[in-house]
Amino acid sequence: MYADKRTPLDPHHHVVVLHVYDEPGVLTRITGLFNKRNFNIDTITVGKSAKEGISRITISFFGDDNVYEQLTKQLNKLIDVIKINDLSSDAAVIRELALITIATKKVQHQEQLKTYLEAYRAKPVSITRDDTVVEIVGTPDKVDAFIDLVRQFGVKEVARTGVTGIGRSSGERGQ
Amino acid sequence: MRNRVITIKGKDIIVECLKRQGTKQVFGITGGAIIPLYDALYDHPDIQNIICRHEQGAAHMAAGFARACGKPGVILGTSGPGGTNMVTGIMDAHMDSTPMVAMAGQVPISLIGKDAFQETDMVGITMPITKHNFKVTDPEKMAEIILKAFKIATEGRPGPVYIDLPKDMQSADVKTPIPDKVFLPSYKPTIKPNPLPIKRAAEIILRSERPLIIAGGGCIIAGAQNELVEFVNAVKIPVNTTTMGKGIFPENHPLSLGVMGMHGEEHANYAAINCDCLIALGCRFSDRITGDTKTFAPHAKIIHADVDPSEIGKNVRVDVPIVGDAKHIITMLHQTILQLAQKDSYKSQAWIKKLQELKEMTHSAEERDVKGMTQGGILKILNKFKQETDIVATGVGQHQMFGEHFLSFTQPRTWITSGGAGTMGYGLPAALGAKVAKPDRTVWDLDGDGSFQMTSQELATAKQFSIKVNTVIMNNENLGMVRQWLDIFSEKRFSGIDYGKSNPNFVKLAQAYQLDGIHVTRESEMIDALKAALKSEETFVIDCAVPKEDFILPMLPPGKGLQHIIGGKTIFKQTWDEVR
Repeated sequence: MYADKRTPLDPHHHVVVLHVYDEPGVLTRITGLFNKRNFNIDTITVGKSAKEGISRITISFFGDDNVYEQLTKQLNKLIDVIKINDLSSDAAVIRELALITIATKKVQHQEQLKTYLEAYRAKPVSITRDDTVVEIVGTPDKVDAFIDLVRQFGVKEVARTGVTGIGRSSGERGQ
Repeated sequence: MRNRVITIKGKDIIVECLKRQGTKQVFGITGGAIIPLYDALYDHPDIQNIICRHEQGAAHMAAGFARACGKPGVILGTSGPGGTNMVTGIMDAHMDSTPMVAMAGQVPISLIGKDAFQETDMVGITMPITKHNFKVTDPEKMAEIILKAFKIATEGRPGPVYIDLPKDMQSADVKTPIPDKVFLPSYKPTIKPNPLPIKRAAEIILRSERPLIIAGGGCIIAGAQNELVEFVNAVKIPVNTTTMGKGIFPENHPLSLGVMGMHGEEHANYAAINCDCLIALGCRFSDRITGDTKTFAPHAKIIHADVDPSEIGKNVRVDVPIVGDAKHIITMLHQTILQLAQKDSYKSQAWIKKLQELKEMTHSAEERDVKGMTQGGILKILNKFKQETDIVATGVGQHQMFGEHFLSFTQPRTWITSGGAGTMGYGLPAALGAKVAKPDRTVWDLDGDGSFQMTSQELATAKQFSIKVNTVIMNNENLGMVRQWLDIFSEKRFSGIDYGKSNPNFVKLAQAYQLDGIHVTRESEMIDALKAALKSEETFVIDCAVPKEDFILPMLPPGKGLQHIIGGKTIFKQTWDEVR
């Protein structure tokens, strides 16, 4: 079985969550800031938070400590950003969902895929004569590993949500 | 009274908010989408409506106003081109942390997104060049937005805030009364610093033998001159300023080394290279100050204090970060050092003596052997002529850097220049804005022929509103600074810098605007020209014919460390130990 460890992230891979006012243009401010400062967004997800009028934006990006510090400071300067929490630490759960269309015309491939699905706790969500669409949830590394594994059958399409995350306790490390 | 519902319109709310913020002047130009707001101003003669000739001029006037008095400048314009014409001025204010509230009309909400006449996405355009921006989509929120804009523009590190005002929002009925206060829970700048880094900084300063202060524009914004002078007098640390900080520390003070950086004083840069403790107060270590950051202040422990935490560690490595307002930081640092200091704590005497000797040797830019009247020569005369309280605004280029060398200032908010953005065309409108803010002062615009022509239409504004400034144009019929770069770094391949004898006659240009001016071709004529300028009751233009071959030196080749400055004296190539 795939060992679903905590967040086995590259030390230069950061995940932060921004609590922002749900104002028009707030996403543009954030993505614009990355562009202006010449930083790259790896993934970004946006959704409502538990609080009315406040959205949560999870951003993953690569960069050394200087990039991380500069980026979080610049993001904090945006008036619409209320707070930033670091999710790259042990005390956070990071997840990503992916839908993968896999070529499974051959019976032996179907059989093999079944064992992989079990090991990765992934599930088929649509099966046709030619393909199986698989849904998998896990850390980005787990999703990467699964996609690598099924590449032998032929991966026709991959749709990934990008990472989202949450602190294990209420104590997400404040920035 | 407060419970009575009075229905007024969005435009009235704006004007009322401006009044509550103490706005006495607005700079701008009307147009289709801002007609309602201008209509409301019609009933309020207590807000002077200064009609500019171009929105960029309006924006620089607002900036000059803000830089001279510290209050936010307000600009108005219409939608589309009205807004985009402001953009350069807004960007300039953003780079130099100038408080500004810029408002432009927008097409009515029902037309937004339809590519209507004079519609443009100004919120999108100004997003990266403002501290924040707003679009009013609910007239009931008008007051809250205007008040928040002023709060954001002025608190913490100041900057420009843009407000998009759809035409129908300006004329909509508003029931919500103007709140007494607005809250921004997500914006709380740190003003009072944490005492822990202050203590660490104090210990490092007391251990150092070669301390140096760099005072930046943040000290001027914080109004920290008295605190800085008292601190320096007590603790004996020499002071460099940045271009933006010029004036915060009296340049006639024995511990003043002047401006450092790309075109800085040689001894000031020498001090930065050789110091063992660098105390940066309200500066952002721009590339024009540091040169190559890898070799910047190689022997120094760096203490960096700024109100904006994102500036700390952005450009140079920092040993002690301090977040807070410069005034508070200097006061606390001073107190802490006094508490910790012992009898023999101040070990900087030898360092100071050496720097003062070097200052004697190197002070003022190197004079080149060029024919005719030099910019340095003219500015020496102007420097003797001007009063301590006089304000000088500048354009951008050689004349600006000559001004930095040859004009000395003892008071903050008297040197108003486009530091971060380097906006040609800043000088005349910024001078006009400064004069509006400080009508009792004499205001000079030190300009170049290239810069001046970018906003010279504002002479009409000067005429119409009787705003008197004295413009000194260093006219070499060339884009002199670029010419200098091409001469030194590009084998004299003078591409795109020659105005080809087609400059207008600037005196006649002034006369065309019903103003007056004078040509100066010899240094001996300069004093009379300056006197004539002061005698004139209106804006006056002095057109100085200067040679294009003149260089402003010393100069740091771009991308190189301060050690590689060219055009300086030999001391620069030596280390502290060798010089000693």
